[in-house]
Amino acid sequence: MKLLEVNHLHTYFKTGRGVLKAVNDVSFSLGQGEALGIVGESGCGKTTAALSICHLLPKEGFIHGGEILLEGRDLVALSQEEIRKHRWKDVSMIFQGAMNAFNPVLTIGKQISEVIVLHEKVSEKEALERTKELLDWVEIPRERHSQYPHEFSGGMKQRAMIAMALACSPKIIIGDEPTTALDVMVQAQILNLLEKLRKATNMGMILITHDLSILGETCDKIGVMYAGKMVEIGSVDNIFKESAHPYTKRLIGCFPDIDGDKVVPKGIDGFPPDLYDPPSGCPFHPRCDYVIDICREEMPSSIEIQGDHKVACHRWEDVAHEK
Amino acid sequence: MKNKDKELLRVEDLRVHFELKGSMTGSLLGKKKKTLKAVDGVSFSLYAGEILALVGESGSGKTTIGKAILHLLDQTKGSIIFQGQEIGTSPQELKAFRRNAQMIFQDPYQSLNPRHYIMDIVAEPLDVNGLVKSTGERTRLVKEALEQAGLSPGEDYFYRYPYQLSGGQRQRVVVASALILDPLFIVADEPVSMLDASIRTGILRLMLKLREDKGLAYLFITHDISLAWLISDRIAILYLGKIMEIGSGDEIVKNGLHPYTKALMAIMPKPGQSRFDERPVLEGETPNAAIDIKGCKFSSRCPIVHQRCREEEPILREISPGHLLACHFV
Repeated sequence: MKLLEVNHLHTYFKTGRGVLKAVNDVSFSLGQGEALGIVGESGCGKTTAALSICHLLPKEGFIHGGEILLEGRDLVALSQEEIRKHRWKDVSMIFQGAMNAFNPVLTIGKQISEVIVLHEKVSEKEALERTKELLDWVEIPRERHSQYPHEFSGGMKQRAMIAMALACSPKIIIGDEPTTALDVMVQAQILNLLEKLRKATNMGMILITHDLSILGETCDKIGVMYAGKMVEIGSVDNIFKESAHPYTKRLIGCFPDIDGDKVVPKGIDGFPPDLYDPPSGCPFHPRCDYVIDICREEMPSSIEIQGDHKVACHRWEDVAHEK
Repeated sequence: MKNKDKELLRVEDLRVHFELKGSMTGSLLGKKKKTLKAVDGVSFSLYAGEILALVGESGSGKTTIGKAILHLLDQTKGSIIFQGQEIGTSPQELKAFRRNAQMIFQDPYQSLNPRHYIMDIVAEPLDVNGLVKSTGERTRLVKEALEQAGLSPGEDYFYRYPYQLSGGQRQRVVVASALILDPLFIVADEPVSMLDASIRTGILRLMLKLREDKGLAYLFITHDISLAWLISDRIAILYLGKIMEIGSGDEIVKNGLHPYTKALMAIMPKPGQSRFDERPVLEGETPNAAIDIKGCKFSSRCPIVHQRCREEEPILREISPGHLLACHFV
C-alpha cells in the first residue's frame, strides 16, 4: 500500500463567475520517504491540490469527486472533528509566506508548542521541551524559542515554520513554494535541511513550486500540471530526458542552462486558459505546436508509457521521439 | 548594436547611506544614530547598447544602485556621468537626464495605476514632460510604444485597465511607458521575477530586440545568475553594497574567482541534474548592513578568510582584461 494515493481528484471553486475547475481529474501517489515535486505555472491547480489533501480549502472550494487515500483511509470523507486531528499529525504544510504565517504577538516557541498541546496529551512544559528539540533539528539555537517572529530573519522564520510542521511527526509534509521568497543562499540551506529531515524521518514530501530547476536535485518524481490537469508525471529523468508532453518540453526549455547554449528560449506563445471558460479538448491545444484535430475535441487520457511515467497527450509518441 | 565601445554612463564612487531612526531613549541619551550603508563605494561604466547585470542577494544594494543612478534617492554621494556630463541635481538637468534614462520595476501588479487607462499610463511621461502638442500625436506615440513592446495592435489596449491584462501584458505596458520617451538607457529591476517561466522569456527577448533595434543599454538587476548570464554582456556580483567581482558573463559564470561568486555558483540548481551531496552553502546569513564591518565585507562568511581580510578592505583590481576582483587572496 502506498503512503498516499490521490485518485481522480476534482476540486472546484464556486464563485460569482461560475464554477472553476481548479483541479480536474488529477491522480498521483507518494511512497514512504519519497519526494514528489509538483510543478506548474500560476493557476495550474498545484496549490489547490495540496490544500485539498490538507483540508484547507477556502470556503468557496470543495472536493467534487475522487479519493485521497492516506494509508488506505479516504481523507475526503472525514468529519470536521477527524479533519482537525488529521492536520499536522498526518499531513502538515509549509507555506510560501512564512514571514506572514506566524502570529506577531506570540513567541515562536509558544506557537510551536501550541500545535503539540492541541494534538497530543502533554503538558505545556513538556511541549516546550519538545519545541526546543525541534529547534535543534532545524538548526535554530534553542534559546531563541522565547523570541517573537519579528526578531527572526526570513530564513529563520522558514526554519521555525518547518519545526512547527514537524511538531507532531507527520507522515507527509507538503511544502508550497517553501523557498520562493528567500535569497538563493538561504534557499539552498532550507533545501538541505528538508532533505536531511526527510532522510532522518522517512516521511513523504510533496514540494510544490514553479521553479523546475530546483526539483531535479530535490525530488524523486515530478508531476507537471497545466490548467487543472496532471499532464505528465514520472521520475526526474523521465521528465527531463524522456519527456513526452509538449508543455513539459517547452517549460524545461524556459529555464536557462549555463552548461548549454546561450540562447534565449522561445517561451510559450499565448497565455494559460481562463478556467471559467476552458478550451475544448486538451487545455494546452491553443498553445501547442503539435496540435491536430483530435486535440481540439477530446481530452487525452493519461497513458502509462513505462512504469510510473504517465502522460496525457494524443501525440506523445511523436513528442517523445523528437529531440 | 551601435556604438558598442562608447561609454554611455559612468558611476564613480557611488555611496548611498541611510540614517536609521534610533529609539527615543537612544536619542535622549545622545546615542549616535546608526547608518545603513546600502551602497558603499561602487564604480562602473556602462557602454552604449550594453547589458550589464547587477547580481546580488537582498541587502546587496543592487536596487538602490539603480534608483540612485536615476536620482530617485536623496542620500546619494558620488558622481553619475552620462554621455560625458556629470548629472547635477537641478530640476532642469534631472528632467533632461530622465528623458534618456528610464526604469522598469519588478512588480507589474503594483507599478501600474489601477484606475488609469493603459493609454494614459503609457502617455504619462509625455504629459509630465509636456512633449506633445496634439491628441493625435499622443495617440500615435502611445500606439507606437505599445507595438514596440509587443502589444499589437496598440489601439486594442488603449481603453483597457491594468486588471484586464495578464502579468506578461502588464509588464509589456511598463516597458511601453519606459520606451515612449525614446531613452538610451533603462534600469530594469528584476523585470521578470514576478512572471511565470513561459512568459518570462518573451519579456527577455523583447529587451534584447529593443537593444538591437534602438541601441538601448540596460542595467539589469537580478538575483538569478543564470538569467544574468543568458542576456547580459557583463555581470557584476554585489555583496553588502560593494562590487566583489565584475567581468564578462561567461568569465564570471565559468571562471568566477571571488569566494562569494564561487559560493553562488556552487549552489546554483541545474535543471534536471541530481545532486548527491549536500549543497555547499555558506553558513549563517548576510550580516545586517547597519553594522560596520571592518575590512572585507565578505570576511565574516568567507571560507578562505585570513587575518588581513578583517583589517584591510581589498580594492577592486583588474586581474585580466575586463575582469576585476576585490579579494586579497585570489
